[in-house]
Amino acid sequence: MKRILAALAASAVLAVPGAALAQDKVKACFVYVGPKTDGGWTEAHDKGRLFVEEQLGDKVETAFVENVAEGPDAQRAIERFARADCDIVFTTSFGFMDATLAVAKRFPDVKFEHATGYKTAENMATYNSRFYEGRYIQGVIAGHMSEKGEAGYVASFPIPEVVMGINAFMLGAQSVNPDFKLKVVWANTWHDAAREADAAKALIDQGVDIITQHTDSTAPVQVAAERGIKAFGQASDMIAFGPETQLTAIVDTWGAYYVKRIQAVIDGTWEPGAIWEGLKEGILTMAPYTNMPDDVKATAEETEAKIKSGELHPFTGPVNRQDGTPWLAEGEVADDATLLGMNFYVEGIDDKLPN
Amino acid sequence: MFEAILITIATAATPLLLASMGELVVERSGVLNLGVEGMMIMGAVTGFGVAAMTGSAWLGVFAAAIVGTLFSLLFGFLTLTLVTNQVATGLSLTLLGLGLSSMIGESFVGRAGVRLGALDIPYLTEIPYIGRLIFGQDPLCYISLLLTAGVSWFLFRTRAGLTLRSVGDNHSSAHALGIPVIRIRYLAVMFGGACAGLAGAYLSLVYVPQWVENMTAGRGWIALALVVFASWRPWRVLAGAYLFGAVTIGQLHAQALGYGIPPQLLSSLPYLATIIVLVLISRNRRLTMMNTPASLGRPFVPDR
Repeated sequence: MKRILAALAASAVLAVPGAALAQDKVKACFVYVGPKTDGGWTEAHDKGRLFVEEQLGDKVETAFVENVAEGPDAQRAIERFARADCDIVFTTSFGFMDATLAVAKRFPDVKFEHATGYKTAENMATYNSRFYEGRYIQGVIAGHMSEKGEAGYVASFPIPEVVMGINAFMLGAQSVNPDFKLKVVWANTWHDAAREADAAKALIDQGVDIITQHTDSTAPVQVAAERGIKAFGQASDMIAFGPETQLTAIVDTWGAYYVKRIQAVIDGTWEPGAIWEGLKEGILTMAPYTNMPDDVKATAEETEAKIKSGELHPFTGPVNRQDGTPWLAEGEVADDATLLGMNFYVEGIDDKLPN
Repeated sequence: MFEAILITIATAATPLLLASMGELVVERSGVLNLGVEGMMIMGAVTGFGVAAMTGSAWLGVFAAAIVGTLFSLLFGFLTLTLVTNQVATGLSLTLLGLGLSSMIGESFVGRAGVRLGALDIPYLTEIPYIGRLIFGQDPLCYISLLLTAGVSWFLFRTRAGLTLRSVGDNHSSAHALGIPVIRIRYLAVMFGGACAGLAGAYLSLVYVPQWVENMTAGRGWIALALVVFASWRPWRVLAGAYLFGAVTIGQLHAQALGYGIPPQLLSSLPYLATIIVLVLISRNRRLTMMNTPASLGRPFVPDR
């Protein structure tokens, strides 16, 4: 037994130079809220991580942890990475914001990047994608494609990000059909395929003929396909689950951003900040426009081009709040701070926003 | 629309009912297997994989039941033969199942699966209002109902059922009477594993025909809780599972109708309603005591 222990101790000593060598590489660590193969949100982040490995090769080492619950577990997971020689830690869910900040304060030498939040620090940056641009395009398509003029929205949690998406979708649809109706169901989960499917079924049973989602699994698209209802994918292209019914999907492409930020760590030029990019910069792309007539497709492409060129901002007045009070005057464009803290619906949405 | 809602309720209730019915028999034999979630997820990944590879949903269902059984045998070997702690072993079975299934299922992700179709009996399914509801469910839904009737009949109307319950109530006395306690518990554990495997297959072949990591999402734990709150009575488990399913679906519809009730409250309703109703049903303490397997979770070593 003693001999085994001695051997173990010797190998531990031997291992040290290896560990020192490994430090020459920049270690980038990713904290995921769901499984990396969810077909949606987390998969998009993991594709970004793989893109980093491909682009930076030997200069970088990556690590990730999946299925981290938002809450106390998140802080533990982030802290473990901070202690495990990670140079930069990406935390990829809104609910990780406070946990990331708490760990960032205790580990000033480690750099943190939090997705979709609004809190920053000396060593903590945030990055976000203007998903609402894609959701506006979806709304425009829904406005053309829905025969009943009513869509169903499978939502996750009533946080600004999701509320903003619902509003953008609605404004897009209203730009085509001012009487468009939108039913919202909160599944209270990011990732529970069966519950998301139930939510989609409930919406379809109540008569909507288009489904869109802000949850992470492919279940709503699949349910819609089974019932012959058109749907939009989320975060990743979900065409495999609705080959004849997916209209398009907003696809997150984080890879280029990750490469840029990790390269900055390698070069020693990393700075905290808040980045919010969209279709123009390519952090967000649209899956091919499928299963729609050519004229709708042309309208969608035109809308996309206008958003990219800056000619069109989805949140441009006149827009009223749900209760009818004016929010944006004619031609006025919403500022980013209001969008990031959005806690109200625009006029026409048939749901009471939970708070 | 009403008919459609009732059909979705049955879909939501069936996996819970299948898993609970298995666990009920396991617990009636005096064994507490907390690994339901793990066996279920193994069933889900096996069912999906086999069905996708062979193109036959039924083969997937059978394979899921077999893998569930094998997984439960692991639990049986550890807790019954090696007499390890049942709670700890059950928990590790769940952790093992979750990890192993995501490893096995890695290549299944993003693939649309095979669906186990609903029954379609000519003429009968077409009866207005009730046709689809009574004759047009998926086969596993009927199996789960038959299973409930079967388990109830077996436990309370057969000699073998009486023997199983006696093992669960007092394994020392049963042993003294010459009843093979360990063998009976093995069989019960295997039955529980097969049922959990079926429940998992239901998720990945009927509910959402795709493989998603962690797709059981805690349903195994709900099934476990149902057994306890239903005080180990099969028909009460059925009532609990359908109540849970009904409130789960009902709250989604209430949201879509836009009544403005906070969704956080609505989401907790299935749990609250099921617990309250089952506690009310089981409020007679003497009867509940009688139904509780007295040796539940206690290890049995024959020569002691």
